[in-house]
Amino acid sequence: MSEVKVESGTTPAPNRTELDAVERRQREGKRHRTTMIVVAIGFILVAALFIFMITRPPLEDPRPVSLGVSLNSFFQWLGNLGPIVQIPLVLIVFGVVVGLILLLIEYAPRSGRGYFWLRVAACFIIPVVAFMLLRPYQGAVIYVVLIAVILGALLFFADLRARQGAGYLFQLIIFSAPAVILLLIGLIYPAIATIFASFFDKTGDNFVGLENYVWTFTNPEGFWSVINTIIWVLVAPTFATVIGLAYAVFIDKARGEKALKILIFMPFAISFVGAGIIWKLMYDFRQGEQIGLLNAIVVAFGGEPISWLAVEPLFNTLCLLAVFIWSQTGLAMVILSAAVKAVPIEQMEAAEIDGTNAWQRFRNVTLPGIRSSIVVVVTTVAIGSLKIYDVVAVMTGGRSNSTVLAFEMVNQQQRFQSYGHSAALAVVLFLFVVPLIVFNVIQIRKQREIR
Amino acid sequence: MTVGTVVIEPVDDPRSARQLARDTRKHEKLAQKRLTSKGATIAAIAIAFFWTIPTFGLLVTSFRPPADTQTSGWWTVFTNPDFSLGNYSAALTSGGTTLTLAESFLNSLAITIPVVAFSLVVASLFAYAFAWIDFKFKNLLFIGVFALQIVPIQMALVPLLSLFSRGLTINDVMIFPGLELRDIDHSFATVWIAHTIFSLPLAVFLLHNFIAEIPSEVIEAARVDGAGHGQIFFRMILPLAAPALASFAVLEFIWVWNDLLVATIFAPSSSLPMTQSLASLSGTWGNQWFLQAAGTFLSILAPLIVFFALQRFFVRGLLAGATKG
Repeated sequence: MSEVKVESGTTPAPNRTELDAVERRQREGKRHRTTMIVVAIGFILVAALFIFMITRPPLEDPRPVSLGVSLNSFFQWLGNLGPIVQIPLVLIVFGVVVGLILLLIEYAPRSGRGYFWLRVAACFIIPVVAFMLLRPYQGAVIYVVLIAVILGALLFFADLRARQGAGYLFQLIIFSAPAVILLLIGLIYPAIATIFASFFDKTGDNFVGLENYVWTFTNPEGFWSVINTIIWVLVAPTFATVIGLAYAVFIDKARGEKALKILIFMPFAISFVGAGIIWKLMYDFRQGEQIGLLNAIVVAFGGEPISWLAVEPLFNTLCLLAVFIWSQTGLAMVILSAAVKAVPIEQMEAAEIDGTNAWQRFRNVTLPGIRSSIVVVVTTVAIGSLKIYDVVAVMTGGRSNSTVLAFEMVNQQQRFQSYGHSAALAVVLFLFVVPLIVFNVIQIRKQREIR
Repeated sequence: MTVGTVVIEPVDDPRSARQLARDTRKHEKLAQKRLTSKGATIAAIAIAFFWTIPTFGLLVTSFRPPADTQTSGWWTVFTNPDFSLGNYSAALTSGGTTLTLAESFLNSLAITIPVVAFSLVVASLFAYAFAWIDFKFKNLLFIGVFALQIVPIQMALVPLLSLFSRGLTINDVMIFPGLELRDIDHSFATVWIAHTIFSLPLAVFLLHNFIAEIPSEVIEAARVDGAGHGQIFFRMILPLAAPALASFAVLEFIWVWNDLLVATIFAPSSSLPMTQSLASLSGTWGNQWFLQAAGTFLSILAPLIVFFALQRFFVRGLLAGATKG
């Protein structure tokens, strides 16, 4: 009853609430603008501090400073224990850290005096402790701590004035910070550093322009690694997908399906090192009595034994590819089999009633139904084949022109300490992966639009 | 339960119900028969045969006396069988330069198990933020994280390694020192961190697909009851996303266990995993097939156990989101 009264009481003045809303929006916009300005100033301050830190004359032999415990001392303590003891210990420590993070996410965003101070403490303590755990050097420590404090203050301020209410930004940052920091350190920074390094010489001191790229395409090792990589990325996904799909369709609803599936899947669980050994026995070559199956067959038919992995050009690459396809078909089959099962049975029956044969049904019903899964499989295997290192390393070591980009770049850097060449090879490899990812991003976008 | 009986009751003629059931079964059988043919089954068995032969050959080799493996093909066991288990115990105590296979087996465990936990937790936190917290440029950022798969691991190895071992020095000003772990007996820290980072883009993508599919009513109900994001994540998302987590755990376990490159670059010599010992076994000893064969099968054990234990989750979680559209 009282609610009705209140409602009828407010109706006569719609103008005023509207005005209020406009005014509030304006005030919010202004508030937002000042927040942005303060945050921008904060970031400029941080950048200035950073530049100041790195342009100051370097200290002679500075010592690291820590709060008594650091990441380094923790890992050293852990590393001196036995391997098996380390597993539960590191999991417990990690669990405690994650637990603290979740508690913070749960309690800090709430409104109230205690929670307000919890946020204040978290914003200032976490960045400072995080930086101190890395043991900054004597000369840098004051700047590092200052930067941490300013970053914490900025986070707190922006969070307090967030449009979605205090605590919103705080929890968002805590949720994403672990992953974002790791990705920045481990993927984004190294990728940029490698691109820069590809324009410098072996030692990384002298700028050489495009020389490393010229080397990549003219030196036999570089040239063959490019050619072979192209062969790998074309052949491996095609064969793995076609065989995996054919097998998945053939055994669909057959008797003993599970056992048949496991037989094909098993190679996927075997490491490439193990697969390399398995196939080296297959390819074994010697005079006299053969112990490799392939040569035994060749000899049985009256042929001369073949040194499979030394036949150039390209043939030995195909022999290596067989190992990779053998291993990846299992993954393709498992994914495609699940997709084939998801095709509605009614559609199949309808097509059957229309008098189509098995091949037509497969082409017109099954294939369109599993399209997106095929994209997933082809991309996964293609990216895998571009990054292949182990098969080549274990089976041929890149000899007889069987090298590929991903192997050659590690080879250049480990054996010849030639960082520039290795970086250029990496960038070429990177350029090969780009179209694949772009294609997938387009697919994801399409899917999202459908949803 | 009572609702169920009420629904069934209207079928008052038991014979017709039974007949219906029989008809359905017949129909299903017919459909099954027409969709699979003899030729297809034979082709499948042929593929399975060719796929199994190489592994089978090495398996047989692993049980043959060492001298025989060097001189005759494994198929000769069918005419004159001669088996022993000695290769396995020999393999466990031999290995590469610094480690035996048994020691590196423990190292592999100590590398793989923590990495699986780290990447699952870090990735699911991030995936949750993408799925259930609104922020600016969300879609763009998500695609950016997915696109990070673009970076070949090889590209990241050297800069990351120098960050670990030499720390951060800009313009000759030393800011952070590296981790001094090279001389520590069994340090896995750098391998853990490297593996976790490299697995993140795919993990975030797959887990997000699954977490975003959880009905929003469930989340809303929890919010109304006063749960914050922390509770929702821990009490609802983690249990509901268990199939996806399990399937990614299997994949990640297989990948990390079988990895050779990351461990070779980042692990100190006493922390090298089984793949490395196996690889150097074939390198330093020439082709000692009996050792390599036994070692290979010892190294397959762990991933196979994990796969069989969690296989019912495997495909279900992996395909979430991928088959849509």
